[in-house]
Amino acid sequence: MRITADLDRCVGAGQCVLTEPAVFDQSDDDGTVVVIDGAPEDEETIDRVREAVHLCPSRALTLAEPTSTP
Amino acid sequence: MTASPTLPLKRTCPYAPPAEHVALQRQERVTRVRLPDGSSAWALSRLDDIRTMLTDPRFSSDRRREGYPLQTPGPPRRATERPTLIGLDPPEHGAARRAVVGEFTIKQMNALRPRIQQIVDERVDAMLAGPRPADLVSALALPVPSLVICELLGVPYAEHDFFQDRSARLLLRSVPPQERFAAANDIREYMATLIAEKAKNPAEDLLSRQLAKGADQEELAGLGFLLLLAGHETTGNMISLGTMTLLERPEALAGLKADPTVTPQVVEELLRYFTIAEYVTSRIAVADVELGGVLIRAGEGVITLANVANRDPAAFTDGDTFDIGRAARHHVAFGFGAHQCLGQNLARVELQIVFDTLFGRIPELRLAVTADELSFKDDSDVYGLHSLPVTW
Ligand code: HEM
Ligand code: SF4
Repeated sequence: MRITADLDRCVGAGQCVLTEPAVFDQSDDDGTVVVIDGAPEDEETIDRVREAVHLCPSRALTLAEPTSTP
Repeated sequence: MTASPTLPLKRTCPYAPPAEHVALQRQERVTRVRLPDGSSAWALSRLDDIRTMLTDPRFSSDRRREGYPLQTPGPPRRATERPTLIGLDPPEHGAARRAVVGEFTIKQMNALRPRIQQIVDERVDAMLAGPRPADLVSALALPVPSLVICELLGVPYAEHDFFQDRSARLLLRSVPPQERFAAANDIREYMATLIAEKAKNPAEDLLSRQLAKGADQEELAGLGFLLLLAGHETTGNMISLGTMTLLERPEALAGLKADPTVTPQVVEELLRYFTIAEYVTSRIAVADVELGGVLIRAGEGVITLANVANRDPAAFTDGDTFDIGRAARHHVAFGFGAHQCLGQNLARVELQIVFDTLFGRIPELRLAVTADELSFKDDSDVYGLHSLPVTW
């Protein structure tokens, strides 16, 4: 699982931080998202990240599912 | 096929969207509606369609565009008039939003909690010291958000009567356009003077910080105006409607009192249930777009019936039921897309603190009139209560 954030799209609404503060934070400067943990492994955390992706109003977040297992 | 209804329609029950909106949602996915000026627009009533539309850059927020769907006709917009944040499109919108959104991060809002708590406690003290019954709207619901936004911006609270009067008139559909225009001008002029003053004598407030970052004074006056207006009425209406709802639903209130960790969820559910500001999320198409099975042509207006969408069976189970156990955060009461409410996390913190404090400190709080005696703002662009007599 890899989280990517498109800072050009992010509008700093903070929905992601509200949903999973262990993974997302906001820059003090311009309020855009800061991904603290780009590859969480815990299933519950990943579920909340999925929710954050759904809630993000600017569709700035993507969660890349692993394509294959080695 | 029934004839297209003319918007805006009034809510007949405070707990339900206008029946005609519900009918539209059942009728067809995307429908035609009429507007007061005789024009037509498309109406979206499904949550998914609204989310899609509000994230599609081919729909513009620029109210100066010919054909922008206005439910409350205003005076003609001058093309030279500079739009504030809410009326900007990309790329200007992104830059303008980024210049200020750092003031509204979750961290900043949490840092404001102690001060907001203090403000709420003072208002509750004053209410308890005053006569019974009290009007919750004038004692608490309006002053709290008003004090908070004035302090954040650096606007003297002594002026709040002036702002409250002007912003209420600005939102009333029955007030003639010219008078609403004059109310807006009053606030704009006041802001311009205040900002010129702050440029000379900066203080510890948002307006001064924006000036220090090099903000243009005229643009900042527009932003200050928007923040003051948006930060005032909306949250106040949610405080009064929320208090009424919880007083009318003892089970939900007991749930809130029993477990303070549910407060944020109760607040989301109230936001969803009332969707007080759905009129602001309308847009105009700037290209031909296929949406929900229809072709929306460039220049056509799109209205979001967010209140029914926030009860869309595809997104919310039993959406007409008020349920504090619901996970409701995917509602669009704060809008969606790039314009999603800038002040949403301030509003959340204010509402959470108010409900916890009010019901915590006055457990005997109850309505002083019967529910059918309450008078609702069904004539305003933002739904709410004119007054809420309570006693304890
Ligand atoms: C419960 C209270 C509130 C509700 C229901 C509400 C609702 C909304 C909605 C629906 C929008 C979207 C408009 C659009 O799509 O064009 C919006 C935008 C906005 N709101 Fe709020 N709001 C609330 C509180 C606040 C507060 C407290 C503030 C100020 C501190 C505020 C400031 C703004 C601003 C500046 C925008 C424009 C953002 C942009 O265009 O990027 N709102 N609000
Ligand atoms: S929810 Fe989306 S828009 Fe909001 S801060 Fe997070 S990434 Fe940015």
